[in-house]
Amino acid sequence: MTLVNGKDFKGRVHKALKDDELRANFRRAMDGLMGKRAMQFTDGDEWTRLRNLGESIKKRALSKLPELLERLEENCTKNGIKVHWARTVDEANSIILEILKSHDVNTVVKGKSMVSEEMELNHFLGDHGIRALEADLGEYIVQMAGQMPSHIVMPAIHMNKGQIAKLFQDHLPDTPYSEDAAELTAIARKELRREFMEAGAGLSGVNFAVAETGTLCLVENEGNGRMVTTVPPVHIAVTGIEKVVENLSDVPALLSLLTRSATGQPITTYFNMITSPRKEGEKDGPKEVHLVLLDNGRSKVYRDTETRDTLQCIRCGACMNHCPVYTRIGGHAYGGVYPGPIGKILTPQLEGLDEYPEHASASTLCNACVEVCPVKIPIAKMLVRLRDENSGNCPHGEHPLKGRGTKSSTLENAGWSGWAAMNASSATYKVATTAMSRIGNLLPQASPMLKEWTSVRVKPKFAKKTLHQMAKEMGLKDE
Amino acid sequence: MSRTPIEKPKSVYFFGTCLVDLFYPEAGVAGIELIKREGVEVIFPQAQSCCGQPAFNSGQRDKARDVARAQLDLFRKDIPVVLPSGSCAGMMFKHYPELFEGDVDYNKACALANRVYELSDFLLNVLKIKLTDKGEPMRVTWHGSCHSQREMGVRSQPKDLINQLENVELVELKRETECCGFGGTFAVRQPEISAAMVSDKADDVEATQAQKLVSGDCGCMMNITGHLDYRKSDVKGLHLAEFLWERTNDPR
Amino acid sequence: MNKIVKQEILDSLRNASSSKGDFVTDKSVIYDKKWTQEQKIERFCQVTSAVNTQIKQTTLRDAQRDLIDLLTEKGVRHLMQGSPSPIAKEITDNWTATDTGVKLRSYDQTIEACKEELFSVDASLTTTVGAIAETGSLILWPTREEPRLLSLVPPIHVALVYEDRFFNTFLEAIEQEQWTTHMPTNALLISGPSKTSDIEQELCYGVHGPKELVVMVIRNN
Repeated sequence: MTLVNGKDFKGRVHKALKDDELRANFRRAMDGLMGKRAMQFTDGDEWTRLRNLGESIKKRALSKLPELLERLEENCTKNGIKVHWARTVDEANSIILEILKSHDVNTVVKGKSMVSEEMELNHFLGDHGIRALEADLGEYIVQMAGQMPSHIVMPAIHMNKGQIAKLFQDHLPDTPYSEDAAELTAIARKELRREFMEAGAGLSGVNFAVAETGTLCLVENEGNGRMVTTVPPVHIAVTGIEKVVENLSDVPALLSLLTRSATGQPITTYFNMITSPRKEGEKDGPKEVHLVLLDNGRSKVYRDTETRDTLQCIRCGACMNHCPVYTRIGGHAYGGVYPGPIGKILTPQLEGLDEYPEHASASTLCNACVEVCPVKIPIAKMLVRLRDENSGNCPHGEHPLKGRGTKSSTLENAGWSGWAAMNASSATYKVATTAMSRIGNLLPQASPMLKEWTSVRVKPKFAKKTLHQMAKEMGLKDE
Repeated sequence: MSRTPIEKPKSVYFFGTCLVDLFYPEAGVAGIELIKREGVEVIFPQAQSCCGQPAFNSGQRDKARDVARAQLDLFRKDIPVVLPSGSCAGMMFKHYPELFEGDVDYNKACALANRVYELSDFLLNVLKIKLTDKGEPMRVTWHGSCHSQREMGVRSQPKDLINQLENVELVELKRETECCGFGGTFAVRQPEISAAMVSDKADDVEATQAQKLVSGDCGCMMNITGHLDYRKSDVKGLHLAEFLWERTNDPR
Repeated sequence: MNKIVKQEILDSLRNASSSKGDFVTDKSVIYDKKWTQEQKIERFCQVTSAVNTQIKQTTLRDAQRDLIDLLTEKGVRHLMQGSPSPIAKEITDNWTATDTGVKLRSYDQTIEACKEELFSVDASLTTTVGAIAETGSLILWPTREEPRLLSLVPPIHVALVYEDRFFNTFLEAIEQEQWTTHMPTNALLISGPSKTSDIEQELCYGVHGPKELVVMVIRNN
């Protein structure tokens, strides 16, 4: 299963929109998640203050990112955690392979890690004869189905019980068909228990990496995260470099914002804070703990202070839960690892606008995401920046993004120049609008731009007189 | 969004917006009449055109600035500028300062931005109008644009105004705050997604069994009623200003 | 080799524009969350029982009897505790298999040596470092005596928390107990039994962690 790229966005959108079952699944799921989140933030004052705090914590950390990464490495190392740096996903994959090979590992059990999806780690390890088994139930399901997760927090949100029941029956030995969620969960528990016990290594992501104490923090509900970071003799944690926070006291605010925004829970079942491998006299825990710090384009995003805001993300998924576009097209349509609003701004920056040319325009800029982002990422502003970059027209940003000018079109530029000329002069505006009100209605339905509109709507009707004319007739003062 | 409350002014500027100018001038006229009826003088600078939003949202920032710049000198008096569109008001209020940052006209742009009001907010909170319903019983539903809600803080004001009308039953739209799929050029760049969104919105409108759909933004209106008419729906759409004026004016 | 990569990444970051702003950290929104001891306990119970945690309020004197009653009701035959046991003597002393039908076991070897046993035992009993009222969470700092897997593997986890160990918020616990000066190998917040809604958003308990969490709140009288 490899990463789908951004090239056939419209084709995938078309397919998704026609899939009634997918649309129903997502509508129901998003409505549920939105409702749950709303119940957590009924106090508007608390929400405002807490998200301001969250934003300032992330901005502070980002303002000192290189220093904090060094401090994180220093403290982790003091604690006995081995720290590795990787510029690219290839480097990260190689580092992990080397660690696993040095311990003769043939099965790695995994907690949820979106960064490992960026690396296509499972695929890579598979090519090298190592089995990477997802242990988070949603990831376990999509792995079995040979699919990518369609949501960053609820990977199997696009599937219903019938689909999952069939999957288990087809793939697991001696497993009857059952649509009962408790039964399906029990089956997964039993299958994975043995795997936890026997795996040579465990791999996890990191929600917050604390520079002050060299501590890795993980959130989860199921217990697989604790399993993979405690039972196998080796634990490898992978994270993007933007996940570091300065102080331990920064964590509670971010944790509260994360769990309440993501699934409407005051906190997840487990919050797991790892500061070292097994110490002398301790009876369990991995004997070796590794931390892989991955760049993969984040230092590029970091380069200018406008795009840097993208790195504030704590991966809660609230933006996509509230996005009317995501709700209708689902996660897979976006290609790449991260769907929804955060995916729309992050993926083109990491991979290039040329690789994901449609992302920036796949939004009405409704700001529903902006309203709920717990760390106040200005997503709509970022989308407009990406549109500017796409058209290559007015690169006002400090650093050009890869693929600037991807959607640049002489025809479109000329069209907008014409529009600007018309609107920037009151004389030409008057002439043009008078003309439009006289003959605009004669424009054929099939004209470019109009034909997309009229495929599901009636042609907009130009009024006989413009408001300018009527205002004059009303005798309104001009200044 | 709390703005410093202001006293009822003697006069205001009216910025019609290009969509109203070309497609719904009667909404503009109604907005003007509603203000005039409260004894406020309305000034309509004839040289106005467009706020620049279409270009701003389409990656054509320079051109947006050129057009926006042409509006700056038309509204120089320190009086409110009222717009019958939350979307265009949001462009000026929220984005003009950003658009002109580092520009020689920055102060002018900020001065204008701070005086911009969306019509329903102005009528309710500044003019504090009281409406007397002169129409027949009717059921309506309301759709507010995303920008009027999220950039101009206009959520309850239009509904408060409609609820002043005795004979009007206001039925709330399901998923009222969800986008209708217009998004300016989005409807043309991502037509399939836009069509899916407007179709769902129209389903929700029809489910209210309202006779009229009232909206504060002509972009949304063009989109939703355009689709409702395409479906040959019985629900008719009109702008809030036109609706309020119709209901409270003496029948001709 | 890795040092070069590290330098390249750090250099990239250092060459970037400086962030602008003060980034004032005003934590008053968290400090404002304050309750009395009774309120803290009540809130803790309310929040955690909403996610299926079972609560038993008891005293040191009655704890053993209450514990045995609830274990018997659940059909538990083997209860594992830490070794040497850090549990209050009143609770585990004079405990015999014949009297209660529940055998007391100890996690007294490394996981490598007792894996099969740990994975087959019915229930575990641990102490806690405290609890958090705001989120309904237990704080555990696993130790040499009470290892990490003790609270994770057995399908029923019984945890003891003393009434004077309730904190308003997670932040309060961190600051009051000065966590940064002595972080343990592993610190945990446990807020209920293991759960998931990955299957059509339907809530199911007991995925990989315990299916049941029982919290015994030890009161003074």
